[in-house]
Amino acid sequence: MLATMVKVSAQQPRNVEKTGTKTPAKYGFGRTATLKEISLLDIDVRPDGKGLPAGQGDALKGKALYLSKCAVCHGNNNTDFSTAKLPAPMLVSDTSAKSRPKAIGNYWPYATTIFDYLRRAMPYNAPGTLTNDEVYSITAYLLHANKIIKQSDILNAETLPKVVMPAKKLFIMDDRKGGPEVK
Amino acid sequence: MDDKKISRRTLLGGVIAAAVVPMKATFAKEIQKGLPLDEEIREDPTKVIGLGPSAVGKRATFEAPIRKFSETSSRTPLQDFYGTITPSDLHYERHHAGVPNIDPNQYELLIHGMVESAMKFTLADLKCFPSVTRLCFLECAGNFRTGKEELTPQDVLGLTSQSEWTGVMLSTLFREVGVSPKATWFLAEGSDAAVMTRSIPMEKAWDDAMIVYAQNGEAMRPEQGYPARLLLPGWEGNMNIKWLRRLEISDAPYMTREETSKYTYPVKDKIRMFSWEMDARSIITYPSYPQKVQRGWIEIRGIAWSGRGVITRVEISTDSGKTWADANLQSPVLSKAHTYFRYLWSWDGSPTEILSRAIDETGYIQPSLKQLTDARGAGGGYHMNPVTAWQIKADGTTWFKPEKA
Repeated sequence: MLATMVKVSAQQPRNVEKTGTKTPAKYGFGRTATLKEISLLDIDVRPDGKGLPAGQGDALKGKALYLSKCAVCHGNNNTDFSTAKLPAPMLVSDTSAKSRPKAIGNYWPYATTIFDYLRRAMPYNAPGTLTNDEVYSITAYLLHANKIIKQSDILNAETLPKVVMPAKKLFIMDDRKGGPEVK
Repeated sequence: MDDKKISRRTLLGGVIAAAVVPMKATFAKEIQKGLPLDEEIREDPTKVIGLGPSAVGKRATFEAPIRKFSETSSRTPLQDFYGTITPSDLHYERHHAGVPNIDPNQYELLIHGMVESAMKFTLADLKCFPSVTRLCFLECAGNFRTGKEELTPQDVLGLTSQSEWTGVMLSTLFREVGVSPKATWFLAEGSDAAVMTRSIPMEKAWDDAMIVYAQNGEAMRPEQGYPARLLLPGWEGNMNIKWLRRLEISDAPYMTREETSKYTYPVKDKIRMFSWEMDARSIITYPSYPQKVQRGWIEIRGIAWSGRGVITRVEISTDSGKTWADANLQSPVLSKAHTYFRYLWSWDGSPTEILSRAIDETGYIQPSLKQLTDARGAGGGYHMNPVTAWQIKADGTTWFKPEKA
């Protein structure tokens, strides 16, 4: 996974208050959060699949959902998409790095990001209203439309993290640290 | 009678403010000349009792600085400032699904994941912790516009602003919840309709990250994240999650949409991601388009800043980049903060170009557009910080110099 390329050390906290008074180990402000409170907010999904919910979907169901909920802004991917002026980004392209526009097929490095973003922020006019099954299906449709999975593939918490995105190999970490070199 | 007088003046003030709007060049004498003065204003102020105290102050009716806004952002009027504090109502905005309206009495911040104890903090709780105040700039990673001569500093670089922020160090909160020593990343999430998320390396939390609730001494503005936001001094604006509702402590980045398909950019045949620090840059704010200067002494003025620390030098060229000389930096020069610079120049009336370039404590020298495109290719995108030039024509008119990548 890409994350292993990042060199991040687990530093120990250092005391930043320099007031001269002794700072306590704990201040005692705030309260313990309940598991229910956490689960209500904890909607994120990682590339390793952590956070993916139960449920499943496929591209055929996803296409119908896409046409009714997404196409109004993102366009109908079956028609000419090179000239259309759309209110939202194109989501479908071929998978070559040089193709434009930047879309899922040629620019997105992780398939889990599609699920995470759809569930939290889409559709733009009704964010957070898709069911988990609907999110799996629209994700499947977008991956299929970008020629990354087959139409018959079922997406769920097990299969989605295994989808390898064509753009993943293009991504590099910024390694600049300041200094005179222009990079 | 008093009431009548006040309402008449208030109305008049509004009319005059509107008339001043297109006359942005408060520095340029020639442009100011010929502004129609209403008779009421010419009234001798030493012979008339002025307005009394009021609940909330206002700008002088002659001053009307404004943000330029689109559907997704608004830009700070850099050319209207004489210092480095951005008035809160002129702070730039970039949001992805509008500004949410959050009741501070309902507000809670959840911190969970790799911690001893998952906890929730109300706004009042956050304010109970030891507080810290610092000045620093914020800047959108996409802050750079070019392409035509009719661009003001606001048009070119208006997606940066500076405030004095007050809040609690994130390290204080992370000790309170007992962050695991194995944690290497955390996710920050906003409560806007984009439910914006970014992954942030744990080092920043132990360094200088804050949760802030105050801006320029008062409660933070809604556009900046009311009632509480993440502040990552020197790092790209998008990561400073506003309307912050949740932090999840983790041992891997989440690869959210904003850190993969957005806020990344082509470098040759690759795509560079996780560019956090905003590199050193500068802009001359006077003289600039659409101002007009006269031959003689001109104090060139502007701001410089670096997300990697302190600005150590700003160099000015008044001969189209052939020679460079140091500008004076206004002290105190603060780390990761807009730094005001000035350079006294006697213009002989011949056409030229004036430029500024910033140098920071790491030895980084603000590059030319050509240096950037040579290093990265012509793809452009985020984190573009080239030296920019203003062209001064023989008639004193000043124009942006659009350069091609």
